[in-house]
Amino acid sequence: MNAQATVTAKPSGVQRALRFVLPVIVFAAGLLAWELVVRIKDIPPYVLPAPSVIFLTLVKDWAVLSQSLAATLLTTLEGFVAASIGGIALALLFNQSKWVEASLFPYAVVLQVTPVIAIAPLLLIYLEQQTAVVVCAFIVAFFPVLSNTTLGLNSVDRNLAGLFQLYGASPQQTLRLLKLPAALPYILGGLRIAGGLSLIGAVVAEIAAGTAGAGSGLAYRIAESGYRLNIPRMFAALLLLSLAGIVIYGVLALVSHLVLRRWHESALGKDN
Amino acid sequence: MSSVKTSTGVGTGLTALAVSLRGVTKVYDNGVMALGPLDLAVRKGEFISLLGPSGCGKSTALRLIAELGAPSSGIVRLARHEGKAPPGHGIGFVFQEPTLMPWTSVRENVRLPLKLAGVPKAEARTRADEALASVGLADFAEAFPRELSGGMKMRVSLARALVTDPDILLMDEPFAALDEITRFRLNNDLLALWRSLRKTVIFVTHSVFESVYLSQRVVVMSARPGRIQADIRIETVEPRGEEFRTSAAYSDYCRSVSAALAPSYSGQSML
Repeated sequence: MNAQATVTAKPSGVQRALRFVLPVIVFAAGLLAWELVVRIKDIPPYVLPAPSVIFLTLVKDWAVLSQSLAATLLTTLEGFVAASIGGIALALLFNQSKWVEASLFPYAVVLQVTPVIAIAPLLLIYLEQQTAVVVCAFIVAFFPVLSNTTLGLNSVDRNLAGLFQLYGASPQQTLRLLKLPAALPYILGGLRIAGGLSLIGAVVAEIAAGTAGAGSGLAYRIAESGYRLNIPRMFAALLLLSLAGIVIYGVLALVSHLVLRRWHESALGKDN
Repeated sequence: MSSVKTSTGVGTGLTALAVSLRGVTKVYDNGVMALGPLDLAVRKGEFISLLGPSGCGKSTALRLIAELGAPSSGIVRLARHEGKAPPGHGIGFVFQEPTLMPWTSVRENVRLPLKLAGVPKAEARTRADEALASVGLADFAEAFPRELSGGMKMRVSLARALVTDPDILLMDEPFAALDEITRFRLNNDLLALWRSLRKTVIFVTHSVFESVYLSQRVVVMSARPGRIQADIRIETVEPRGEEFRTSAAYSDYCRSVSAALAPSYSGQSML
């Protein structure tokens, strides 16, 4: 019994390491192939830059790119915070009255299904540029927060709700001690989606702003470099955007895990 | 809103009533008559079981007594809780499932009724720990519900129902989902608690054996709409223990309760 346990424990450690190492190997192999093809075929950098050139560009243009990265991240953060607060607040409002929900929910859906790339130019006309970009990030990101929070608030255990009623809980107590904790896993799931989406919203709005000839974010930098045929810088900016997206997702997943690890199925180990 | 009224000291003296239902009916929104008319009187300190087929409205009756719903007609009277506790305090409710909040510790779960009533934290903590000790879970205050077995979760649920020191304990098929060994243990523990705390207990079950073993009175209900079919007093040497479970008197009672229950199952077929 004991020996069996140790035997099965060992491969699982190796497996875990492989899970991490394999994608890295694939990535390295891909980069190497890319580099070799560019060098052997002698492809000019304005057609396809080699990874080494992209990396050098990243270092050389760091002053410009880091500024753009900061601008995009700030927009994303503002959009994310607005979407989180707005989505949760709206869901709480919906939860108070089904009539409010019935009146407003269709418009939330309309806002969600209308492609933001089509709304962005209009927003840029009516709003100051920075505000418009944040509003775009908000529009894209708030819906998953809203719908997940609504789902969570409606998923409260009926017996627990009865228990709160039995002990004469006030609506405020019920919200704080029952509904919000019960909805928390759903809310965190919504926030995890919203994090990536607010980056997308920010990028879309920056591209729209970029075609209008203004902007400072990474997406604007990509558009601008495209006009100048500075292909290596386009790739460098794209790389930074991907990394930003991965970090945002990782941070939110970590927060979700830390908050839920003591009680929710999603955060518990399989052997529990 | 509801026609539920509380009154003080109905019928003073030895037969003071804890709960009385008169002509109580419950019709659901879809027009289904779930209950009644039902007349039931429970004396203070009495342990009674409501026994009947599933869907006979026994849980509905319990929810009406707990004021978790209003009767469609009739009157539900509860003896008022002595002391200055806020409404709802006179009743402890144990649901079919443990119904614990998974996101917080066992102690916080037990403390919840006191927290909702605004009892100071230190006092509530002490009382929660006492309630946990009374069900034998003093060492598990810091644990989370998912770390406990089914029987232990039910004990936590019982501790939570007891923490407000209610006069009336309402239990809705609390042990139905447990294995037999755990159920027998909890039956004995519940009887011991009842003897020491002298609560009025209304225990809903669909097990003939459980109802006879636990209660002083078994109230047999008919199929929907639930009415009282028989009211059988179980008299034996107290305190009861495992020897009662294997005695001839026990099986005689079980036979007569089963016989009283039989008409509920025959005749109409239920969906």
